[in-house]
Amino acid sequence: MESVGISVSLGEVAASLVLVAVAVAVSLWRRTELERDIVVAVVRSMVQLIAIGYVIQAIFDADELLLVGALIAVMVVFGAFQARARARAVPGAFWPLLAALGVAGASTLGLVVALGIFEPQPRYLVPVGGMVVGNAMTAAAVALNRLGDEVADRGGEIEATLALGATATEAVGPSVRRSLRSGTIALIDSTKTTGLIFFPGTMVGMLLAGADPVDAVRLQLILLWTLLGSVAISALLATTLAARNFFTPAHQLREPPEP
Amino acid sequence: MLFELERVTLRRAGRPVLRDLSATLPRGASCIAGPSGSGKSTLLRLLNRLVDPESGRVLYRGRDVTERDVLALRREVALVPQLPALLPGSVGDNLRFAARHASVEADAERLLALAGLDPSYADRDAARLSVGERQRAMLARALALEPGVLLLDEPTSALDPGARDAVESTLRELRRRLDVSTVLVTHDLAQARRMADWVVRMDSGRVVEQGAAAELIGTAAG
Repeated sequence: MESVGISVSLGEVAASLVLVAVAVAVSLWRRTELERDIVVAVVRSMVQLIAIGYVIQAIFDADELLLVGALIAVMVVFGAFQARARARAVPGAFWPLLAALGVAGASTLGLVVALGIFEPQPRYLVPVGGMVVGNAMTAAAVALNRLGDEVADRGGEIEATLALGATATEAVGPSVRRSLRSGTIALIDSTKTTGLIFFPGTMVGMLLAGADPVDAVRLQLILLWTLLGSVAISALLATTLAARNFFTPAHQLREPPEP
Repeated sequence: MLFELERVTLRRAGRPVLRDLSATLPRGASCIAGPSGSGKSTLLRLLNRLVDPESGRVLYRGRDVTERDVLALRREVALVPQLPALLPGSVGDNLRFAARHASVEADAERLLALAGLDPSYADRDAARLSVGERQRAMLARALALEPGVLLLDEPTSALDPGARDAVESTLRELRRRLDVSTVLVTHDLAQARRMADWVVRMDSGRVVEQGAAAELIGTAAG
């Protein structure tokens, strides 16, 4: 791929804060009480991206695959913590999330390298790994958030199914299915509408940086299709593993519904 | 003795629900009666291990329920929950789901007739039934397991007096035709008198008294 150069001044970055001010103003005006979250999000995005920029630069300079693995492992652990915050209603959600993100990240990167889509070099694996883990995290978090609501709302139905001698896996099956759908549908929908009502980030970045639009589109297609696989793996593992945590080994709902 | 509960204690969210409770339930028709919040539905769920006690033990036909295969126990001791909770699909789908777990063929017509429903209900969408019809469909579904014991959690609490009488006569007819024991939970002592030979009266997670229905309820009414 042809290397393209672009320089962004700090002044230009600072100017984009005007749009953040608009978001804060909307929150204050309509009393959504999100202004604090918006400020935290802006500060965190700035600190985290600057820090990761230096880390990526160091990994590119070292050109060492082991460091890529370490970086992705750190992202997986942080991703699992972050997703757990959205899955408060799921008992012991951290380990299923860690397994889901870890397997989704490792298997997806392994496959894109094995299929010859990307060369095993830090300059490809770091950005792709970051996207894969990020999307896998969102999918797993949405899926487990839904699973927590499902089990809370449908406890009676689940227990009624257990009462027929069904296993825990059978009783929670319909809820797991709906949660899996929730976790993956957003990416499927955005993949459907991509190019029509939504330009994905990689393509926008490459176009802004002056790349050939056809190259930008090809790379974007690879990423979108890769993400579909990783998101499916992540949501599937997270929901399947976490669903067990709602039950005792004797197929009892841990927090039974009020009679 | 069908069930024996020995010094059973259970808390939920830190609040005691059953306090050092001991009770017996013989074969035949039993009722667990008491005001709402007295712990009677929780007691019912102990009988097929939908919950386990924190301390004490529950015996079914003389054997600790924890020593039995839990899934086989639930097929033999079938529970009809208070809130109608049918699976998506037709009533027939629900009957087949249950029958599959008991490894039997679902004779939908017979099961529906036992629960007082017309055979045409097999094709009806479970989500479109009235509360009374759902209650009967749940009864038919529990019967598809061919259970030895039926646990009934307030089966008539959401019904008007006419529908309640119809369900009561269905249950009586059921006992006459099938060799099945019933444990019925109710807050209504009059219903306990009509439906049971043996009554366990509960209050605040404890057994107040237990014994033959005629004696106990006669005393309570007097």
